[in-house]
Amino acid sequence: MGEVVLRTEGIYKDFSGVAVLKDINLELRSGEILGIIGENGAGKSTLMKIVSGIYQPSSGRVFVDGKPVRIPDSIGARRLGISLVPQEFNLIRDLPVYNNVFLGSELLTRAGLLDKQAMKDKTRALLARLGVSIDPEARVEMMSSAEKQMVEICKALAFESRVLIMDEPTTMLTKYEIEILFRLVGELRKAGMTIIYISHKLKEVKQLCDRVVVLRDGAIVHDGPTSGITALEMAQKMVGRELGSIFPPKNKPDDEVVFEARGITVPGVLENISFALRKGEILGLAGLVGAGRTELAETILGLRKKSSGDLIKRGKPLVVNAPSDAVAAGISYLSEDRQGSGILTGFSVTRNVTLISLGDYCRSFLRLIDKSSERTKVQGYVDSFHIKTDNLEKRLENLSGGNQQKVSLAKSIDTAPDVLIVDEPTRGVDVSAKHEIYRLIADLVKGGISCIFISSELEEILGMCNRVLVLREGKFAGLVEGEAMTEEEIMFHATGVHEEEAT
Amino acid sequence: MTKVVAGKLDLEKYGSLLALGVLFLLATFIGWPYFIQPENLINVMRQSSYTGIIALGMTFVIISGGIDLSVGSMAAFVASCGVIAMNSIADKGGNETLAILFGVGIMIIAGFLSGAVNGLLITKGKIVPFIVTLGTMSIFRYVSLQMANAGEFASHSQVFGNIGMSKIFSFRVGESAISLPTPVFVLLLLAAVLSFVLNNTRYGRYICAVGSNSRVALYSAVRVDRVRFWAYSINGIVVGVSAALLAARFNTVSTPNFGLGFELDAIAAVIIGGTAMAGGRGSVWGTIVGVFMLQIIQNMLNMAGLSPYLQGVVKGVVIIASVYIQRQRQT
Repeated sequence: MGEVVLRTEGIYKDFSGVAVLKDINLELRSGEILGIIGENGAGKSTLMKIVSGIYQPSSGRVFVDGKPVRIPDSIGARRLGISLVPQEFNLIRDLPVYNNVFLGSELLTRAGLLDKQAMKDKTRALLARLGVSIDPEARVEMMSSAEKQMVEICKALAFESRVLIMDEPTTMLTKYEIEILFRLVGELRKAGMTIIYISHKLKEVKQLCDRVVVLRDGAIVHDGPTSGITALEMAQKMVGRELGSIFPPKNKPDDEVVFEARGITVPGVLENISFALRKGEILGLAGLVGAGRTELAETILGLRKKSSGDLIKRGKPLVVNAPSDAVAAGISYLSEDRQGSGILTGFSVTRNVTLISLGDYCRSFLRLIDKSSERTKVQGYVDSFHIKTDNLEKRLENLSGGNQQKVSLAKSIDTAPDVLIVDEPTRGVDVSAKHEIYRLIADLVKGGISCIFISSELEEILGMCNRVLVLREGKFAGLVEGEAMTEEEIMFHATGVHEEEAT
Repeated sequence: MTKVVAGKLDLEKYGSLLALGVLFLLATFIGWPYFIQPENLINVMRQSSYTGIIALGMTFVIISGGIDLSVGSMAAFVASCGVIAMNSIADKGGNETLAILFGVGIMIIAGFLSGAVNGLLITKGKIVPFIVTLGTMSIFRYVSLQMANAGEFASHSQVFGNIGMSKIFSFRVGESAISLPTPVFVLLLLAAVLSFVLNNTRYGRYICAVGSNSRVALYSAVRVDRVRFWAYSINGIVVGVSAALLAARFNTVSTPNFGLGFELDAIAAVIIGGTAMAGGRGSVWGTIVGVFMLQIIQNMLNMAGLSPYLQGVVKGVVIIASVYIQRQRQT
């Protein structure tokens, strides 16, 4: 490990008097991968925003190469060699890759015009260095999440970064894509780069990072090499208490079939998918990104037109042309894309929770919204789900990801569905929120609801589900249950190859 | 510290009302002593009411994430239809009350249908609202001109004209008797109704949801197309109401001028009133404040003797400045 590149000294940050960071002293050396972990709201993002110039600290100093610096904005950070790969991609869909890479710092010809050729060439060289085959002229719109991530990293590398901050880089990636990413990060380290790796996935941190810093309530509670700490210990330091098993006990489903799909086909997306869901069951839906999991959910909701196949609810055929039909039939969906299709960030907690079920609160003769019963109900969710919010009128943009997700879940179940489809229910939420979401889903199932559980995290699929339906390229690839429910078996169906053969 | 936050919220809610108050004081000062006369104030309110009523419907459209440029032309079109219908009965010597009811009914129905056409093209045709209503703005205006041969439709009912000038709710202020002109009454009544709908019904909540993020609304089982369709249809209905009152005021419809530029005044009032141009959030009473502000500015500048051309310049500056101030407040 090399010399100290970046150092913070006594960083404090408060928002309207509430301290979110307290006395943060960090030291980063070149050629080091530092993992930063902590629950949502622990201050990870705030700290990274300070280092990358988006926020200014309330007090304390940042040193680069031993000299105190002021980082006025993200361009200033870039000049100092600090780049951030954000969790939510900052790419412009309509622009080609090379334009995105040089966005805001375009290369110009001597005449002051865009030097497209130079930008394309440089982008091509960078992509080659990353070892990915992406055409610099391809439009971002058409790319997978993994490819977009590579473009984001490319953006960071284009400016001779020395410190690369990656915020939850693997949430959108499949297992194989993660491996490629890890290999890349390893190479960047060899080249002397410093990498700050923020993640909720403790195993990844353990595997990848040299050192781990644990933040809790805005303060550093642990700073040491990853070799000296287990993933469970990390989790305990994050939450500050002993953790039991993260998954609640599984429910034993009834034999009664509540919901059935027969031969669902959506041209070009899904082909002849059938499954049966029993009462009180959690049916996992696994597969790689692009396997058609979310698309299957969207078809059940009537958001995609199927060319053939039937949906059967409690023995009766079901016609679903729009999500309102699905809701009327007792089917509810928790979206994987929280900000894009799950919650209204500009709406209050109350107005989000009752958005789907609003009709149930319109009781009087004039069908006006009964606001007091609405509030009572939502307060109930806030209490039982432990949603952290000052009041029910707080806009969701001011809540953390985990709390937003709980609001989203409350919204999905406020219609009292008997079939609940959850799509990546714990994406981007911290350990204790995850814990609670698992418990909530398990409680619902115990109460007689049936659940379709879509996830890219095999660990939670295995921990939560009774059976697992695996899709591959829009087709049925396998149904795994009982003893056969192992990571290897699911991956075999999802990829079509055994792991040993793949590596 | 929480006090600061509370203060901010209050400003967001009552900021435009505060601005109206300041403007009122300014106008009182500049237009002393004429501005503060009850007759003048009543007149300001009356002049506000025609575009004001339209601005109420526009508030719904803008909150839903859309825009309607066709309202001014639509007013000319539906007023023309209504006056023709009214005259068709009055000319045959029919009951005058019946003729007026028929004419006004036609205006409101034609307004609804015109709004529905906009709504259908936007939802079923999947064409962006700006383009659809830019097109219908031209169509409504030129159909009216064609119908009237670029002239006017004079009403053949004197009673209709009397309604246009009528006042209700007389009350005394000091020595003079004040009464509320009918259009002002209609404006306030409609504002109360629409504000109530926006805040207390499913439909009102859904409009905000669709304007805030239509994809989330769709996934939340909101019938997005239906919500948007009705926003344009309701807007059409209030255009019909406004057109009826304005036609009665002049007892004629001059097709080249009727409702000309109303869309801009209505949109300006909505935006000054604090409704987000991008949709998702807004207030009907805010729009009322915006409408009165625009009218007071005009009245004040008239009294100050500023040329009407410069008045237009000031109006433009006020629109931009108010949005700028709102933007500053949000960030």
